[in-house]
Amino acid sequence: MSTTTDTSPAAMSTTGARLDALRAEGRAALVGYLPAGFPDVERSIEAVLAAVDAGADVVEIGVPYTDPVMDGPVIQRAAEAALAAGTRVRDVLRVVEAVAEHSGGRVPALVMTYWNPVLRYGVDAFARDLAAAGGAGLITPDLIPDEGGDWIAASQEHGLDRVFLVAPSSTPERLALTARASRGFVYAASTMGVTGTRDQVGDRAEQLVADTRAAGADHVCVGLGVSSGAQAAEVGRFADGVIVGSALVRPLLADRPWADRLDALRATVADLADGVRRARGGPGAGT
Amino acid sequence: MPDQPVREALTETLAHQVLGRLADVEGPYFGEFGGRFVPEALIAALDELETAYRKALGDPAFTDELARLHREYTGRPSPLTEVPRFAEHCGGAEAGHRVFLKREDLNHTGSHKINNVLGQALLVKRMGKTRVIAETGAGQHGVATATAAALLDLECVVYMGEEDTQRQALNVARMRLLGAEVVPVTIGSRTLKDAINEALRDWVANVESTHYLLGTVTGPHPFPEMVREFHRIIGEEAREQILERTGRLPDAVAACVGGGSNALGIFNAFLDDEGVSLHGFEAGGEGIESGRHAARFSGGAPGVLHGARSYLLQDDDGQTLPSHSVSAGLDYPSVGPAHSWLHDLGRATYEPVTDDEAMEAFRLLCRTEGIIPAIESAHALAGALRLGREAAEAGRTGQVILVNLSGRGDKDVATAARWFGLLDEDQTDATPEGDQ
Repeated sequence: MSTTTDTSPAAMSTTGARLDALRAEGRAALVGYLPAGFPDVERSIEAVLAAVDAGADVVEIGVPYTDPVMDGPVIQRAAEAALAAGTRVRDVLRVVEAVAEHSGGRVPALVMTYWNPVLRYGVDAFARDLAAAGGAGLITPDLIPDEGGDWIAASQEHGLDRVFLVAPSSTPERLALTARASRGFVYAASTMGVTGTRDQVGDRAEQLVADTRAAGADHVCVGLGVSSGAQAAEVGRFADGVIVGSALVRPLLADRPWADRLDALRATVADLADGVRRARGGPGAGT
Repeated sequence: MPDQPVREALTETLAHQVLGRLADVEGPYFGEFGGRFVPEALIAALDELETAYRKALGDPAFTDELARLHREYTGRPSPLTEVPRFAEHCGGAEAGHRVFLKREDLNHTGSHKINNVLGQALLVKRMGKTRVIAETGAGQHGVATATAAALLDLECVVYMGEEDTQRQALNVARMRLLGAEVVPVTIGSRTLKDAINEALRDWVANVESTHYLLGTVTGPHPFPEMVREFHRIIGEEAREQILERTGRLPDAVAACVGGGSNALGIFNAFLDDEGVSLHGFEAGGEGIESGRHAARFSGGAPGVLHGARSYLLQDDDGQTLPSHSVSAGLDYPSVGPAHSWLHDLGRATYEPVTDDEAMEAFRLLCRTEGIIPAIESAHALAGALRLGREAAEAGRTGQVILVNLSGRGDKDVATAARWFGLLDEDQTDATPEGDQ
């Protein structure tokens, strides 16, 4: 396994470049998660594009999976429905392609996936097809760098970002290992737990971001528990990106006409986008 | 080209796996299987567990206490029972085979599960944690965990698929009597696999106070190795007992394989005895061609589930496929990574046994020996019948076959009664839904 990061210009990270551009604007990125295939593939594309238009700077497209152990009830329900609707792994690439076309490549589209679907598809084949679809890379909640030798090689080969996670329980050694292995950004879990909205984002998040940077990470985005503009403003103060998942999926699960659900999604994204724009200016501005 | 020290370390590892005792292979990998495919949030706890477990195994204070509990609480050593009337059906009386049962069914709580549970629960105390969580399918591991938690004063939460809580209502009551909280899992397929998902979610959120007392040789490292260590006593006792009784090693060892803890526990002592053939029997359900089974080696392919790479029932997209078996304890879509390794090495064979074959062996042991086995263990008995028949057909007589009778069948009486039509109609209605 190699954890060496290629720093040649040709290997410039798509997501890293976007985060740098936003940093230059003095703000954090809003990173929005939505599952592919919920409620079906076509409407999941509509939802992702609506989120992009309402202000998501980076998107994460979730691969629905039968055993999502890092997800809380909201994303579990959406994944279950997406699978019941017949969503296939290859459909995820269609959603990625739609984002790349719609945004003219401006909005990096990462795929968030548990590991077995990628293993089954073939690690190198998936990397190749994701790159061809215009995808930026992968976020892998149940793959640690220690087990990621094949993926690290394939992502180098195809110029893709690889986002590994760190948690409040990560030791300094593991923060360093993960920072070294990641490309694009490191995903800092704000709290010990699974995805889902929370009243408070963990108070360990700020320290974890600082520790992860100290361990060598260029970019650190924070996820788990963020649902409101106020929380986004708080996290955007110290992180390079604010990751929001369940709060975007929840309006789509409502028992209402689809157009109304999309409107609710747009409103949520707009509130969060506003949050990341008013985050800096206080302590931590310009980091 | 790798650095010299790296190459040396690599060579050493390979040499250990090739030349060392198979029984002592350490994780995280068994060949190309195993590993740690889990969220980073759990890595610190897994490291802590590995350190505590290795230290404990070298500490007489720990091993003496575990040995005392085995002796005074579990009732070890479990007996070895020869079953001559049953053996007559293994290839016919003229084949002259001898069949011995390792009686894990006679342990406290009724199965081998207690061996691992007591070991892990003692570790929990040493790690200073106060709460244990567990998954359970049929309820055997849940009951054993609730038992150890009561004994050692630990808070206990057991996750159980909603389907299973309904078909195993009595075991839910047993766990509650023992002071455990039983949480029905209502997401996904609502069975064992989903109970494990929910336990993992709980663990990620509460890992500082909580130990996940995993019930079999699956999961992320160090569970597959550690759980094997706590069950290796089964094979060690059995090996000594059969040498004493027959003056030789058995020709074949048979065990049922769900996650695979009872099988690995008994196989382990014989892994390095070349002349002993090892046979795992998986749930063939309604037959491989029906698609309704839990035969990972016949109908699955290597993949990752619940933290380990192993053989797995999955579709073309890597989605986990539902498993099926008359026995809830074998109804799991993956298998311990050590079994995948032994399978690929060719050191053990794994074959499916259908629901019908298992129930026929179940009935046979009841009638010939007065022992009601767990339906899980009945798969091993059916396997022994097959082994005896095949040996006889090949002209080998007087074989010694050792079967791990991993659990007793009290929990399965309702299922068996329905299967064999032993109840009047009104009684059938009063019986809880089957544990199929």
